[in-house]
Amino acid sequence: MSEITESSLRAEVRAWLEANFDPELGLVEWRSKLIDAGWGAPGWPKAWHGRGLAPALASVVDQEIRRIGAVGVASAGPRGLAAQTLLAHGSDYLKKKFLKRSLTGEDAWCQLFSEPGSGSDLAGAMTRADFKDGEWIVNGQKVWTTSAHHADWGFLLARTNFDVPKHQGLSYFIIDMRQNGVTVQPLRQMNGHASFNQVFFTDAVVPKEHLVGELGGGWAVATTTLMHERRGFDAAGARGVVPPKREGRIYEEERAEAAVAMEPYKWYPQRAGRVDLILKRAKETGRIKDPVVRQEIAKLLILARSAEWTARRARAAMVEGRPPGPEGSLGKLAASMVARACARVHTMISGADAMLSGADSPMDGVIAEVLVSVPAISIAGGTDEIQKNIIAERVLKMPREHTSVDALPFKDVPKNVIG
Amino acid sequence: MQFTFTHEQEEFRMVLRRYFAEASPPAKVRRAMETEAGWDAASWRAMNEQLGLCGVAVPEAYGGQGFGFVELGIVLEEMGRALFCAPYFASAVLAANAILNTATETQKKVLLPGIASGETIATLVWVESGGDWSPSATDTIAAPSGPRFTLSGTKHFVLDGASADTFLVLARAKGTKGDTGLSLFLVRSNAQGVTRQPVKTLDPTRKLARIHFENAQADLIGEEGAAAAATVKTLQQAAIALANEMVGGAERLRESALEFAKMRVQFGRPIALFQSMKHKQAEMLLDVELAKSAAYYAAAAAAEGDPDLPALASLAKASASEAYLQTAIHTIQIHGGIGFTWDNDTHLWFKRAKSSEAFLGDASLHREQMMRAWDDEKRERA
Repeated sequence: MSEITESSLRAEVRAWLEANFDPELGLVEWRSKLIDAGWGAPGWPKAWHGRGLAPALASVVDQEIRRIGAVGVASAGPRGLAAQTLLAHGSDYLKKKFLKRSLTGEDAWCQLFSEPGSGSDLAGAMTRADFKDGEWIVNGQKVWTTSAHHADWGFLLARTNFDVPKHQGLSYFIIDMRQNGVTVQPLRQMNGHASFNQVFFTDAVVPKEHLVGELGGGWAVATTTLMHERRGFDAAGARGVVPPKREGRIYEEERAEAAVAMEPYKWYPQRAGRVDLILKRAKETGRIKDPVVRQEIAKLLILARSAEWTARRARAAMVEGRPPGPEGSLGKLAASMVARACARVHTMISGADAMLSGADSPMDGVIAEVLVSVPAISIAGGTDEIQKNIIAERVLKMPREHTSVDALPFKDVPKNVIG
Repeated sequence: MQFTFTHEQEEFRMVLRRYFAEASPPAKVRRAMETEAGWDAASWRAMNEQLGLCGVAVPEAYGGQGFGFVELGIVLEEMGRALFCAPYFASAVLAANAILNTATETQKKVLLPGIASGETIATLVWVESGGDWSPSATDTIAAPSGPRFTLSGTKHFVLDGASADTFLVLARAKGTKGDTGLSLFLVRSNAQGVTRQPVKTLDPTRKLARIHFENAQADLIGEEGAAAAATVKTLQQAAIALANEMVGGAERLRESALEFAKMRVQFGRPIALFQSMKHKQAEMLLDVELAKSAAYYAAAAAAEGDPDLPALASLAKASASEAYLQTAIHTIQIHGGIGFTWDNDTHLWFKRAKSSEAFLGDASLHREQMMRAWDDEKRERA
C-alpha cells in the first residue's frame, strides 16, 4: 500500500467532492454518501465509517470540504459527544445502531449527567437504574440539559449499585427520550433565557443492550465524554458557527438544523463578555479618553489576545500530532478571566447606563445581557475551581487527596437534601 | 504566523537548556553577581566559542549566524530561565539591533562582526536622569568637531555600562527638541571625557552605570538627525526580547514552586495536597502560559516584520512584566519563611523580575503605548 501524503490525500478528496457534491441533494442523503465514501469522519477507524487518518491528515479533508463549500457531517454538541463516547466504549450493536445516524444528523442527542444534588461532584449522581424483567427501569432527575426537548436519545449516568463506593456504582446508558417515563421542563436562568431543561424520569425504560461499557463502569465512560466536551470547548471557543448564506436545498436544510441546534446558545457570546465591543463602546462614549479606563481596557485586550494565542498554540500542536502541552488545558479558565474582565470594563464604559436593561440600555440590551450572563461562564461545563483541580492533578501531577468518604458505600455518604 | 516551534528550534532550545544548566547553576550566578562587572569573562568566551549566541540573529553578511527573532527569543528565554549573567542583552540585543536599524552598510560590516563573536561588548546608552525611556527625552548634546563630534551630557541606567567597551549613545544637535535632531554615536568607553560610575542595583544580576560625557570624541552612526524612529524600533525589539527572557525566568520559578510544594510536608502530608496550593499552582500556570503566548507571538511578529509590531511589543512586555513578578511573589509565598532567606535561590529570580518590570518601561507605560498604537492605526485606516 502506498503511503498517504498530504498532497495525494488532498487531490483524492478534492476529486471525489467535485464529482459527488450537489447542493440540491438532501442533507441526510449527502452526508450518508460522504460517510459511505469514508470522508465523513476520516479520523475514525476503518471499521466504523472512517479511514484511520492521523489528526493532521483528517484536517486536510475538512479543509477541502470547506474549500469547495460542501456540507460536512453533524458533529457539534451532544451528538458529537455521543458519537465519540460510543466509538470508545460502545458495543458493536450500539455502534451500528447509532454512529452513522449521529453523523448524518438524523438523531438528536442530549447529555444527562448533572443533577440538582450533584454538580461539580458528578459521580455523586442519585438517579437510579434498577434491573427488572430483562430491562433497566430509571427513576430520578437530571438538570442543565441542553436541547432535551429536541432530543431523540440521551446519554445517561445512573446509579446501579448503592452498596459500593460512589465511583464504582455508576453505569452509562443510552435512553430513548421519546417515551412516557421521561418529562422535560425548561429551567429559567437569571438572565431571563431558558436554554436548559430539567428532565424527570418516572419508571423510564432502557433495554439491556443500551448499557455502554461495563455495568458499574459508567464513570470511566463519562470521563471520556467530559474529556471530549472540554476539548470541544477549547476548539469552538465562545463563537457559534453560523453557516454562510448559500443557495441550494442542502444549505437550507443545514441552516434549519443549525437554527435548532444554536437556539439555546444565542446568549453565549454575551456570556463570553463581548470583548469585540469594548473599543467601539469606549470610543462612542468618549470613555477611551479616561486614562484609568484605558489601562483597564488594555489589561483586558492583553488577556484576550494572549488567551486566543494560547488556544492557537494548543491547536497547532494538536494538528502537528504533538503531545498536548499545558496550554491545552487552560482555555476554559482563560475564558472565565476574559469574560469577568469584560463585564467589569463594560460597566466602567457604560457608567450609569449599566443600571438599565433592554431597549432603554446600551446597544438595545446587549451590554446588559453581558452583565447578567457572565456569571455562567465560570460554572458551566465544570467550575473554575474544579478546572483548577484538574489542571493541578492531571497537568502538574500534584497528588490527589482521598478522603475517608470516598471509600464508603454510596448509601452511607452524606448527601444534599433536595426539595 | 508561526504558532509552534519547528523541530530544529525545539532541538536548539534543548541544547541551550542543557548548556545553561551546566554553565549557569545558581552557585555560579551567585559568584558572578558578587563581582563588579556582574559576569564572568571565561563563561562569556566559552559561550561564544561553543555556541556563537551573540551572532544568532545577526545576518551572515555581518559575521552572524543569520537566524531570526524567534531563535533570538529562544536564546533569551533559556538565558532568563538560567539567570545567565552576561552582557548579552546589552550587546547582542540592544547594541546589535541599534546598529542594524541605524548604521550605514559600511558601519555594519565594521561593527557587527565583533559583536557577533562576543569580542566587542557594546551597549545602548540613551536614558537620562529622569528615567524617561523615550528617545525624545534626550538632552545630551552632540556638537560637530571636524569630521567627528563631541558629546556632553549625563546618561543613566546604562545596562552593563561599567563593563562594556563600546557605547552607542543617543544625543541631539543643539537647539533641537523632541524627535528631531537625534543621532546615534559610537563612543569608546576609554575615550577622553568619558567617566563611568557603577550604581548599586536592586537586582545584582543586572548591573547598571551612570556615564558622564564631557566633550567626548564620538563618531556618527548612520544618518545625522534620523535616529529617533530607528531607536524606537530598537526599543520595541528589545521589549520583545526582554519579554521572552522574562517568561523563561517565570517558568523556572513556577517549576521550582511546584517541586517544593510536592516535597514540603506540613500537618503530616505534602502541602501539594492542599487545594489552596493546587489552585495557586493552576493560576501560576495560566499566568505564565498566557505571557509565553504573548512573548512568542511578538517574537514571530518581529521575525516576519509585522506592521503591528509597536502594539505587540508593548503587549508582550506588559504581559511578561506582570506574570514574572506575580509568579515570583507566589513562589516566595509557597516556600514560606524559607523563601525569604538569602540562601534560598528564589530571590535571585524575584529581583530579576523586579528589575525587568521597570527596565524599558513598566506595564502601565506599555499598556498606554499599546492603546496608542491601536488607536492611531484605526485612525489611519478610517
